[in-house]
Amino acid sequence: MATSIIQGMGLATGFSPANYRIAHPVSCRSLPGLYFLDFCLLLPLELQFAIIILFSKVALCSVHESNFSERRVSSFVIRSDGSLLSALNGGKNRRGELTTNAVGAKQEKEAPSTASSPGHEVLLFEALREGLEEEMDRDPNVCVMGEDVGHYGGSYKVTKGLATKYGDLRVLDTPIAENSFTGMAIGAAMTGLRPIVEGMNMGFLLLAFNQISNNCGMLHYTSGGQFKIPIVIRGPGGVGKQLGAEHSQRLESYFQSIPGIQMVACSTPYNAKGLMKAAIRSDNPVILFEHVLLYNLKERIPDEEYVLNLEEAEIVRKGEHATILTYSRMRYHVMQAAKTLVNKGYDPEVIDIRSLKPFDLHTIGNSVKKTHRVLIVEECMRTGGIGASLTASINENFHDYLDAPIVCLSSQDVPTPYAGVLEEWTVVQPAQIVAAFEQLCR
Amino acid sequence: MIHHCCRSSYFPREHYSVPENNRIPHLLSCNSPTRFTSRRFESIKPDKQLDYVNDNGGPQEYIDIVLSSLRSDTVKLRHAKKLQMFDLRRFMILSAVRETVLNFPGGIVKFTQELKFLSESTERIPCYRVLDDRGQLLSNNCMQIDKNIALKMYKDMVMLQTMDAIFYEAQRQGRISFYVTSIGEEAINIASAAALTIDDFVFPQYREAGVQLWRGFTLQDFADQCFGNTLDNGKGRQMPAHYGSKKHNYITVASTVGTQVLHAVGAAYSLKMEGKDACTITYFGDGGSSTGDFHAALNFAAVMEAPVILFCRNNGWAISTPVTDQFRSDGVVVRGQAYGVRSIRVDGNDALAVFNAVQVARKIAINESKPVLIEALTYRAGHHSTSDDSSKYRPIKDIEWWRLAQDPVARFRKWLEGDDWWDSQAESELREATRKEVLHAIQVAEKIEKPGLHEIFSDVYDVPPSNLSHQENSLREAVKKHQQDYPPDVPF
Repeated sequence: MATSIIQGMGLATGFSPANYRIAHPVSCRSLPGLYFLDFCLLLPLELQFAIIILFSKVALCSVHESNFSERRVSSFVIRSDGSLLSALNGGKNRRGELTTNAVGAKQEKEAPSTASSPGHEVLLFEALREGLEEEMDRDPNVCVMGEDVGHYGGSYKVTKGLATKYGDLRVLDTPIAENSFTGMAIGAAMTGLRPIVEGMNMGFLLLAFNQISNNCGMLHYTSGGQFKIPIVIRGPGGVGKQLGAEHSQRLESYFQSIPGIQMVACSTPYNAKGLMKAAIRSDNPVILFEHVLLYNLKERIPDEEYVLNLEEAEIVRKGEHATILTYSRMRYHVMQAAKTLVNKGYDPEVIDIRSLKPFDLHTIGNSVKKTHRVLIVEECMRTGGIGASLTASINENFHDYLDAPIVCLSSQDVPTPYAGVLEEWTVVQPAQIVAAFEQLCR
Repeated sequence: MIHHCCRSSYFPREHYSVPENNRIPHLLSCNSPTRFTSRRFESIKPDKQLDYVNDNGGPQEYIDIVLSSLRSDTVKLRHAKKLQMFDLRRFMILSAVRETVLNFPGGIVKFTQELKFLSESTERIPCYRVLDDRGQLLSNNCMQIDKNIALKMYKDMVMLQTMDAIFYEAQRQGRISFYVTSIGEEAINIASAAALTIDDFVFPQYREAGVQLWRGFTLQDFADQCFGNTLDNGKGRQMPAHYGSKKHNYITVASTVGTQVLHAVGAAYSLKMEGKDACTITYFGDGGSSTGDFHAALNFAAVMEAPVILFCRNNGWAISTPVTDQFRSDGVVVRGQAYGVRSIRVDGNDALAVFNAVQVARKIAINESKPVLIEALTYRAGHHSTSDDSSKYRPIKDIEWWRLAQDPVARFRKWLEGDDWWDSQAESELREATRKEVLHAIQVAEKIEKPGLHEIFSDVYDVPPSNLSHQENSLREAVKKHQQDYPPDVPF
C-alpha cells in the first residue's frame, strides 16, 4: 500500500524515472550516475507513513520543478533504529544513495532500482556485454580484441554474439600473445580506434606489462599530448574456486604504480555496465578489473542508458561506527559480515571504493570524518596491495580525524594454494571482518 | 578456390567507395558483418568441414588438389572424371589417396617416406641492388624516378648526414645530453620515406630521423626536441632523438625495443577496418628482431592480413652484439616465410634499391592487404649512440671502410652526377648551406626556454586528477620555499 501511494506521488513529483535519464552522454571526467530511490517494503508501517508524509512535504516544494536539467538529489537514510534523516543535496556531481535495508543488505540487491521503472534482470557478464554492445553501436571505432572473444564468445561469455553481429574484424580473435595484442591495441588506439583488450585472466596480463607500463601509460605524456590511447583493458582476476596459483592473481597491486592509467573494479551488474561504458568513453587508458566469481551475480538494472563516474566510490551502506573500505568480491564478504555486525548492535559504513586509481578521497574522506575509524578489507596481498596504498593515503590526508590506527585485512603474501580449504584461508572471510571490526570499535 | 568458403559476404575493398573525409569503416556500408579472411570456416560446424569423408564429398579444393596430384594415375580415374560419376570418383580418390595425403588442421599435407630434416642453413638469400659501388646502374632497366624526387632525396640525405655530425659534436660539447646518429643508413631513411605517402603511419625505432626529415620536420624542430625546449612537440619529456609528430604521422619514439612493431600492426589493422588507402611502416634493427614482440607482430600481421611494411635495418650490430651472436638464421628475411609473410632482402646502402622495394611493398600491402618484410643489409658506421664507443668491440678499419667506401650518400651522388643532375659546385654549395642551417638551428634552440613546471603533470591523463593537482601544488610550494635549490632557468 505504501508503495502504491509513493508510486502515485512519484509521478507527480520530480522523482519520476524520466528525470533520471541523462540527456546525452558527456565524455568528460566526471559523469554523474543515476539517482534511484528505493523504498524498503520490510519497514514497519509507521516508518512507511513517515516516508509518505516526508515525501508529500518534498513534493509540494518540488512539484513546480518539472524541468530537471540540473540534477538534484535527495538522499534518505533510514537508520537501523528507525529514525529518518534526510539531506537535500544540491551538488551537481555528488551521488547519494538510499540504503536498501536497515539490516545488512542481501547480496544481490546492491543497486536499488526505482519501483516504477521495471528494469531488467541480468547477470554480471550480461551487464558487461550490454554495456559493450551499446558502446559498439554508438561508436563504430570501438572494437574488441582478445583470445577466444570472437566466435567462441569469450571465456566468460562477455563477448558472446558480438562477432556475428559486428564481424570478426571488430571482435578480433588473437593468437596467444598478450604483450602482442595489447601492443596492437595501443597502436590501433593511437591511430583512431577505441579498442577493448580482454585478458582471458588478469594474470596473463603480466605478459603485457611492458606494453601497458611503457607504452600505454606513457605515450600520451612522452608525445607531448599528441597521441592519445583511449584503450580499455579488462578481464577477470582475483581468487576463484581452486583455479591454482597462476590464475588467482590480483594484478591491481602490480599495476597501481603505473602513471598514466586509471584502474576501476566493478562488483555488481549495475556498476559493471556503468563502468564499462565510462571506461570506453574515457580518453585515458583504463584497466577494468572484474572478478572470476562474480560473473553470475544477478541484479535488476535500469532499462535506460546510464554511465557511471570512473573516479567515484559507492556507498553501499551508511553507518556511524566505523568505515569499511572494500572493492570487488570482498564487498560481499563485508556485507555478510555487516549483517552479523548489525545483529550485534554495530553500525558499519560500507564503501565500495570502485576507483582503484585514483582513490575517491572525497567520499572516503567524508566517511572518515564522520566515523573516525577505518577498516580496509581487500583480496590483495598484504605487501604492496591496494590496501597498503589506501592506508598510506588516508593516514596522510586524514590523520587528524582518525581515532584508531587503520586496520587492513588482506590476503597473506603467499601464492594461492589449490586445495579448497587452504585457498579459503588465504582469502579474508566474514568472521575475520567481524572480529576486526569489533576490535576496532572497542 | 575461394568460392567454397565465402558463402557469407566478403567485400574486397575496391567494390564500394568509402567517403573520403569520413573514417567510417566499410562495416557500415554493407549489410552483413565484415569477414576479413576468406578462409574462415563457420565455427558451428567444425567437424563436418574438416572430415573429408562426408556426404557432399568434402571440400572441392581438396578434391581438386588430389586430382591434380593423381592426374597421371589410372584410366579409371580419368574415366570417372569424364563421366562425372561423382561417387565412383570419390571412391577412387579415397582409396588411392588415403595413403598419400591427409587433411590435417591447417591444410592438406603430403606424406613422404624419407626421414629427412630440413637443413638449418641454406644458401643466403640474394640481395636486391640497383646501383653498384660506383653509382652505375647495374641492369639496363631504366630507373623510373622523378628528377625532383631524386634531388630532394639527395639533399635530405646530405642534410641528415650533416645534422648527425653536428648534433653529435654538440653532445660532445655538452650542449645536448644524448644523440643517436644514422651514419651509414641515410639511404634507408630517406629512400624508404620517399617511397611512401604522408598518409602512411611511421612507427620508428630511433634511427629513422631521416624519415621525418623527408616528411617536413624542420631542422629547428629537430633541434628543439634535442634541447627539450617549449617548442618541442614532446614538451621536453623524452630523450633527445626521440622525435614524434602527429601532423607528419610519425609516432613518437619510445625507448623500448621492438614494441613499435606491434603498434604498427595494430595501426594497420585500424587502417584496414577503415578501408583507407594507406599502410603503416615500422623500422627495427637486427637486435630488435630478437624481441618477442617482433615475432608475435609478424605472426599477427600475417594472420590478420594487415597492411604493414616491416622494415628491418640489419646493420650488423646491436650495440656490441654482432649478428652472429644475435641469430643463427640467414638474417631476418627468412623469417618472413616462416610466418607466412612475403619478404625481400635489399642493399640498404643503395638508395634506389630501397626506394623501389618500398614502393612495391606499399602496393602489395595496400592492394593485397598483406604484410611485407623488407630486410635492408647495411652497416652501422657510427656508434650505437653517444654513450657508446664502438671501437671497443670492432676494428676501426672496418668502421672506416664501411663509412667511406660504402657511403650511401656518395654512391647516390655518383649516380646523380652520372645523369647530369648534380655537380660538384652544387655539392659544395649544398654542404655549406646545410652546415650553416644546422648550426643556426642549434643556436636558436639553445636559447629558447624550457617547458614550465606544469608540464610535469599535464598529459599524464587527459585532465589532471586530484592527486596530481595536489602533487603539483606541493611541488610548487617546495620550489617557492627553496628557490636556490632548484634550477633557475625553469619557468614556474
